[in-house]
Parts: sequence; structure tokens; C-alpha cells
Amino acid sequence: MANAALSRTQGQLAVTCEDAIVQVRDIGKNYGDVEALRGINLEFQRGKLTTLLGPSGCGKTTLLKIIAGLVPASSGEICVNDKVVTGPGPERAFVFQDFALMPWATVMRNVGFGLELRGVPAIERNRVARRYIEQVGLAGFEEKYPHELSGGMRQRVGIARAFAVNADVLLLDEPFSAVDEQNRRKFQEDLLRLVDLEKKTFIFVTHSIEEAVYVSDRIVLLSPRPGRISQVIDPMIDRTASPDDIRRDAGYLNTVEEIWQGLRQYAE
Amino acid sequence: MPSSPGRARSRMQAIVSHTKLNDAAGALKAPPTPGQALQSFAENRRSFWIILSLAVLFAAWEIAGLVPISFAFPKFSETVLAFVEMVADGTMIYAYFLTLQPLVLGVLISAVVGIGLGIAMGLSNKIEWLLAPVFIVLQAAPMAALVPLVTFIYGIGLTAKTLAVVMLALPVIVLNSYKAVRHVNPSLVDMCRSFQGTRKQQIFKIIIPDASPVLFAGLRLGIAAGFIGVMLAELLITPTGIGDLITYHRSVANYGHMYASVASIIAVSTLTLAGLQYFETNVLRPEKRRK
Repeated sequence: MANAALSRTQGQLAVTCEDAIVQVRDIGKNYGDVEALRGINLEFQRGKLTTLLGPSGCGKTTLLKIIAGLVPASSGEICVNDKVVTGPGPERAFVFQDFALMPWATVMRNVGFGLELRGVPAIERNRVARRYIEQVGLAGFEEKYPHELSGGMRQRVGIARAFAVNADVLLLDEPFSAVDEQNRRKFQEDLLRLVDLEKKTFIFVTHSIEEAVYVSDRIVLLSPRPGRISQVIDPMIDRTASPDDIRRDAGYLNTVEEIWQGLRQYAE
Repeated sequence: MPSSPGRARSRMQAIVSHTKLNDAAGALKAPPTPGQALQSFAENRRSFWIILSLAVLFAAWEIAGLVPISFAFPKFSETVLAFVEMVADGTMIYAYFLTLQPLVLGVLISAVVGIGLGIAMGLSNKIEWLLAPVFIVLQAAPMAALVPLVTFIYGIGLTAKTLAVVMLALPVIVLNSYKAVRHVNPSLVDMCRSFQGTRKQQIFKIIIPDASPVLFAGLRLGIAAGFIGVMLAELLITPTGIGDLITYHRSVANYGHMYASVASIIAVSTLTLAGLQYFETNVLRPEKRRK
């Protein structure tokens, strides 16, 4: 387990890294009297998968939505590719926990929707959509409607839609939480394959420790009320091993245990 | 009946896909007694139950007329005969020509203005604060009481009758459209924003399609209210059209004709609403068809 680049600024943990694509600078967020996030300083390395992990109420989804530009921060700023951003942008794409698929549109139109909004002609966007539908394993379902698909398949549509706009950073908000356990494992394996294939930066939010350790290059643990960075862990899992071997690997199991020890104080 | 290639072919189709097909295919298959045919029809077709429901209603009507429960209550068969007579001599058709003018005009105005205002109220808090109280008051007001006022101001012509339709239909459509927009899935709106959709794209590609089931529910309620409006206008303002037929035949104790007029306007209203629902599921929301 490598030690992450950690430093303390004004009593808060800060995470830095080389070649950062997304920089979170001193972000705070208040909902009325409730302080959801305080003094978050965090950098995300290009081409890596970083996970925000923490118990419910720690503000991990809020932080992801601030990075996406969907929720305004109360203080601080977000930089993507060294530019301050204040809203959603083409270099970021979001995958929603509840899939956010248009029920009246086919899989094809849903996947191509990001391109449709940009005014890409139908022929071109269908070509791109078809490629990503195939890549997430939904070839043959192009003309189906979301309600005809299972939960797992619906989220594949959501992921294909995010890939189709060719963003540099993919933001995934608990994408597998509405998917059953068997599909979830298959999904995690597919996600690793896509990370490898697409060479993009992934920021992933989950509350599952096993999932985080299995897929992440780096895990940022958040503690609740208000949300702060409490720990950074780089799992260093050998991803060339088979999925089943990884899940039995001592390093994997130890990392899961270590994170659990860090988090158990927040459970009940 | 001589056996023909066409008939042989249709029999083959009937065998191939008999599980999905209806009474027509069942009748072509070799053995069915009328009882069996009826049974398979009853199991497979919704229309059987609709026909049964109407048959029970009309039978009860016929019996009630035979008793009779009131000297002013005609039998179902009398009513049907009166209806046929009124269609044949043209009075019914002319009455509908008069009734449908304010109705169609009023409903069109209410639909366009109502959906427009409702969507605007749903999209903007300020417009909501400005308009919602007006329409909530209008919806709560007993409109029949206001109809004489309309006559005072606009006389007894088409304007007054159209206005009566609009007064009843508009508040329902506005408030439902507003509610429809407010209940749009916020996650879909976020999705559109995350892919940098403009406000216009957000409204036309996400909000209106997602709101359309409730928009249409409001439109159906509004049209039903519009029928009430046009009847009130014809009974209270100017005796013309179907309202006049009802009033006239009541005054001369021609109860079969009176009931035929009443039943016909109910039937027209029902068919209009069913037609709108059909249009919605088949044209606007294609995914609902496959459920």
C-alpha cells in the first residue's frame, strides 16, 4: 500500500497528485444551516479511477455534483484542465444513480442524446451511439425502450451515453447501487475493462467498500457531518489477475478490512 | 359457401397464430360451438367486457322504462328509435353543428392558452405567484353562477357560449399543466444540464415530453369540463343546439327524444375523451404501446 501525497492545510487534509486533470480547491457547501462539506482540497490524476467513499451523509454525491457543475459550491472552486469551471462542460460526463433515461426514447436515442443536444446530425450520432451500445454489451437492443430492459441493462445505457460524448472525465454517482449483486460484480469487471480501453479519468462514488477496493486506483475516504477528507488509500491491486483471484487476494482483503476499521466509528 | 384459396390461406394463418388471435380466427377453426367461440372471445378481448357492461346498462334502462319508474322515463328502445328519427330528419345533425362550434372553439382556446400558461407557471416561480391564485379561485368558483354575468356582458351569441366553455375548461387545464411541469423527474433535467443542454432544449426535449401524460390528463378533464360549459350555455344562455333539443322535447313531453339528445351528448363526450387517450398512447408516447 503506497502512501498517498497528503498534506495538511489549516488543519484539513489535502490530496495532491501529478498531472491532475480535476482540482477541487477549498470547496465548502452549506444547505441552510447544515454544513455538508468543509474545506475539501483534492486533485484527481489523469487517466486514473479515483473513488469517493464514505458513509451516507458524508457529502460524497454532493461533491461529485459540484465537480459536475450541477450543484453550486458555497465556497471554493473547481478546475478542470487548469481552467476554473462554474457549470457543466463538455469535458465532463455524468452517470446517474437512477440512470436518468428518457422513458419515451429508444436505447439508441438515449445513448446519442448528449450528441443530439450538441446538434450532431442523426446519422453521425447513431453511428457513435451504435459503437458504444456494442461496447457496453447491448448490441441488438438499440430499438428497445428503457422499461423493456433490466436495471443492469439500463445503467449500461447510462454509461454508453456518457462515453458517447467523448468527455475526458467520467463522473459516476453510485452507478451500481440499483443493480442486483450478481450484475454488480459483472459490472465492476466490465467497468475495469472500459477504464482500460477508453483511457479516461473516472471519478466514482460508492458506499461499498469492496467495490471501491476492487475498481479503484485511489480511494478518498470522507467522514460525515460535515464532509471532510479523512483518509486516502491507494489499493495497488494487481489487475492482471482474474477477478476471482483478486477477490481472494490477501492485499485486497486487508485493504477492505483497513477501510472498514476506519469507517466503523461512523456506523451507528 | 364455396371454398376458395383465400379462405384456405386465412385458415392456415389462423392455425399458425391462433393463440394470439381473436374471435374471427376462433370461428374459422373447425369445431367451435357458439358457446366456445364466445368463451374464447371473452377471455381474449377487452371489447367483450365493454360490450357486456353496456348491455347490462341498457338492459337495466329498458326494464326501468318498462316498469316504468316514472312516466317521464322512456324505454331504451324508444330512445334509440327517437335517436334514429332525429338523425334521419336532420334535427340532430343541425343541433350538433350548432353545439360543436362554441365547444370546439372554446376547447381549442383553452388547450392552447391553458397549456401555455400552465407550462409557463411550472417553469417560473414569478409567473406562478402571479397567475396561480387567479386560476385556483376560478377553479373553486361555481361557474354556473357566473354564466348569467357572461350573458349580461356578451349577449347570447357564439362569444358568450365560447366564453362559458373557456371558463370551465381553462382553469382545469392550466392547473394540471402547471402540476405536470412541477412533477417532471428532476434527475432528467439534471441529465440534460450535465450534457450542456440549453434551456430551450431542456423545455422541449425533456420537460414537455416528461410532463405529457399529466398534460393530457389535464386536457381530458378540461374537455369534459368544456362539455359541461357548452351544455350550461345552451340551457341557460341561448336555447340552441343539443341544449335546445333537450329543453324543447321536455317542454312537449317528448321524453324519448329528450333522452336521445341527452344520451347522444354523453356518447360524444365519452368518445372524444377515449379518442384523445388513444392519440396520446399511440402517437405521443410510443413506448406505452409495448407495455
